[in-house]
Amino acid sequence: MKLIPCPICGERAEIEFTYGGQAGLTRPADPAATTEAEWGAFLYARENPKGMHRERWRHIHGCGQFFNLTRDTVTDRFIP
Amino acid sequence: MSHPDKPYIPDRNKVAPMDRFSLAKLLRQGFAGQTGWGAQWRAPERPEAAYDVVIVGGGGHGLATAYYLAKEHNIRRVAVIERGWIGGGNTGRNTTIIRSNYLMPESAALYDHSVKLWETLSQQLNYNVMYSPRGVLMLAHNVHDVQSAMRHIHANRLAGVDNEWLDPAQVKAFCPPLNVGGPLRYPILGGALQRRGGTARHDAVAWGFARAASALGVDIVQNCAVTGLKRDATGAISGVETTRGDIACKKVGVVAAGHTSVVMAMAGVRMPLESYPLQALVSEPVKPAFPCVVMSNTIHAYISQSDKGEMVIGAGTDAYTSYSQTGGLHIATQTLDAICELVPQFRRLRMLRNWGGIVDLSPDRSPILSKTDVAGLYVNSGWGTGGFKATPGSGNVFAHTIAHDEPHPINAPFSLARFDTGLLIDEAAAAAVAH
Ligand SMILES: Cc1cc2nc3c(=O)[nH]c(=O)nc-3n(C[C@H](O)[C@H](O)[C@H](O)COP(=O)(O)OP(=O)(O)OC[C@H]3O[C@@H](n4cnc5c(N)ncnc54)[C@H](O)[C@@H]3O)c2cc1C
Ligand SMILES: [Zn+2]
Repeated sequence: MKLIPCPICGERAEIEFTYGGQAGLTRPADPAATTEAEWGAFLYARENPKGMHRERWRHIHGCGQFFNLTRDTVTDRFIP
Repeated sequence: MSHPDKPYIPDRNKVAPMDRFSLAKLLRQGFAGQTGWGAQWRAPERPEAAYDVVIVGGGGHGLATAYYLAKEHNIRRVAVIERGWIGGGNTGRNTTIIRSNYLMPESAALYDHSVKLWETLSQQLNYNVMYSPRGVLMLAHNVHDVQSAMRHIHANRLAGVDNEWLDPAQVKAFCPPLNVGGPLRYPILGGALQRRGGTARHDAVAWGFARAASALGVDIVQNCAVTGLKRDATGAISGVETTRGDIACKKVGVVAAGHTSVVMAMAGVRMPLESYPLQALVSEPVKPAFPCVVMSNTIHAYISQSDKGEMVIGAGTDAYTSYSQTGGLHIATQTLDAICELVPQFRRLRMLRNWGGIVDLSPDRSPILSKTDVAGLYVNSGWGTGGFKATPGSGNVFAHTIAHDEPHPINAPFSLARFDTGLLIDEAAAAAVAH
């Protein structure tokens, strides 16, 4: 099984983790001034790259920590 | 990039009419030891310098789109550009379940349009796609499943789509191998049956559409990847760049399944899609032992028996996005554990092969068949774990969208704009499993 590096516990089996998708999405600061298209982009549009992906993980069945990792989505290897 | 050799220019008026299959021909070939069958579609080495429409992706949906463009809209200067071989993507990797019992009226209309086309597709294409409406039975294992099945059944009936409830005894009668009444972790409390549902032969669907499209003048270019989308000064599509030369065209239809985000990024369009591995596996072939298609959303499993005799089994998606084309082994193991409980005699089957495909999941788990903000760029994607069933219908309405620069009424709700307006077609909760 794939091992995922938790910054606190070290490498643990992938079934201990939940995946949180693309990292670094920021909620529009001023909702009233945000257009429908901007909301749509924030909520739904994703990079979905074939290659390096900065992504969110949580060690939910371990220490509970949230953290970000970079992964190559072709080989599934994490890039330090 | 220019054409390395002299460009390939077929005379579209002289494209040979389809060499139709018939009983007489079958007999003649039988006596000739099956040595006289020619190639079933033209396979130009490289694209021409210009087309009216270029389709990116030679899966079932791309080939069907090209076929209906030529057949129903008389647009024949069409190229289907395929990176690998036709049908080598999800079309050739899926478990071929066909059904139309979706919850939302928009979905039921789209998928049922497709089921109606399946019913006569072999005759239409003069190619046996082996559509087999043997019934799709979706099992219920707990109170929530039963309520959800009932809601689907009533919604489908109102939408004119067949779907009926079977109690446990009726389930057992319809599919005797199922362990009904056994002491299961997920007992069988009944099931929703769509009798018109079933399966078809995946490769035959790609080949049948390719053959029929080719006979109408469509060029199918394999081993040719699209590497760029070109725009003119107004921002409109002016052509595509490929590994076998550039093509000038005013309209491009992107039908690239798991690679849609990658292709659309070539025109700067960000898609509401994420690509996940989804896997399937087949057993050694055995005698006919499983009469219908059985699905279970709760335990993430679906089963049917192919005409060759293999048990075809589908598992769930991986937990994270990837383009690796392999699924996690623990995902398949979970599915097999559950299936061996449901059908105890499968414990002694040996599994022969397993593989993965990359599926493009949309936020509401409904497809996107749409115009885009880029003039001349159209996208057919988001079919995720369940688009094989929609192959003919999808190609049919997408061809209309490209030909008229306006969606067909059936695919109008499946626009990209719905992610801005919030008018989602939420099948996510309804079908949390591949199918
Ligand atoms: C394991 C598995 C089981 C499934 N089970 C079912 C099921 O039971 N029932 C069901 O209805 N659906 C099922 N599906 C989903 C179904 O397979 C897909 O929705 C459907 O086949 C998509 O067809 P398509 O033609 O859009 O995509 P594909 O067949 O994937 O075709 C897309 C093509 O685009 C090509 N391409 C990509 N990038 C480029 C480029 N840059 N240039 C040129 N070509 C490119 C690819 O090579 C590929 O051939 C399953 C999928 C999988 C993976
Ligand atoms: Zn941890």
